[in-house]
Amino acid sequence: MSFVVNVALGLLFGIGLVVSGMADPAKVLNFLDLFGTWDPSLAFVMSGAVLVAFIGYRLVWARGRPVASGGFHLPARNDIDTRVIVGPAIFGIGWGLGGFCPGPALTSLGLGAAGTLAFVPAMMLGMWAARLLAEARAQARSA
Amino acid sequence: MTEFTPFASLAGGMLIGLSAVLMMFWEGRVAGISGIAGRLLPPYRDKALPSRLGFVIGLVAAPAVMMVLTGSAAEQTVSSSIPLMAAAGLLVGFGSIWGNGCTSGHGVCGLSRLSTRSFVATGIFMFTAFVTLFLARHVMGG
Repeated sequence: MSFVVNVALGLLFGIGLVVSGMADPAKVLNFLDLFGTWDPSLAFVMSGAVLVAFIGYRLVWARGRPVASGGFHLPARNDIDTRVIVGPAIFGIGWGLGGFCPGPALTSLGLGAAGTLAFVPAMMLGMWAARLLAEARAQARSA
Repeated sequence: MTEFTPFASLAGGMLIGLSAVLMMFWEGRVAGISGIAGRLLPPYRDKALPSRLGFVIGLVAAPAVMMVLTGSAAEQTVSSSIPLMAAAGLLVGFGSIWGNGCTSGHGVCGLSRLSTRSFVATGIFMFTAFVTLFLARHVMGG
């Protein structure tokens, strides 16, 4: 059941990406190009998403618990460590180079552009490397 | 040049927000794409693999469904430089997991939760992305 629900959620998210124009890296790169061909669209995407999620989250939390789980699993940490500085810094460089973040890259797979087909496997490899490195460091620390 | 699309972008953003809200309603989790995609590969620490797989399948199927609904294919311009896109993919993948989130997890969901950590993360990736594009487009003239 959760599988089917998540297919629908992913579909909704992906349709949002396509409708908003964010599946097009050219639009993302032009948002970042403040001193050139600036396209402010991405700010409208973020505003629409945050507005709905800000209100919707509070309505959902007021219910007490989610449908398919005993409780909410919110990111527990709110401290600023080096990882939350270094990680986004690296992520931003890649985002600025290719115009893809993980969602739009996956949504673009079926459109079949050569650049996407190079980006997505490299992204999965980078994610895997980061997870393995983080786990190895955690084990070294606890040993 | 790309066309400024305030209404379509706002509407699309609201659909993304709605997906995030329904994810919280159903799973009780934030809709962080890097967290979902990054855990498709082993090691598996929980039993949420079918949910994650389902979400990514939906995400990948979206342009095809849109094409059926609207009759026109999504337009995009992707760099055809394979080395550039592979390098960008590595950086995006590594950085998003290392920093526990990307544009969706920290950007959309984190800002909506008013998480200080996500505000910091979002500010940093926006900044390095601006600088990277400025250097690539206006200094090195790419």
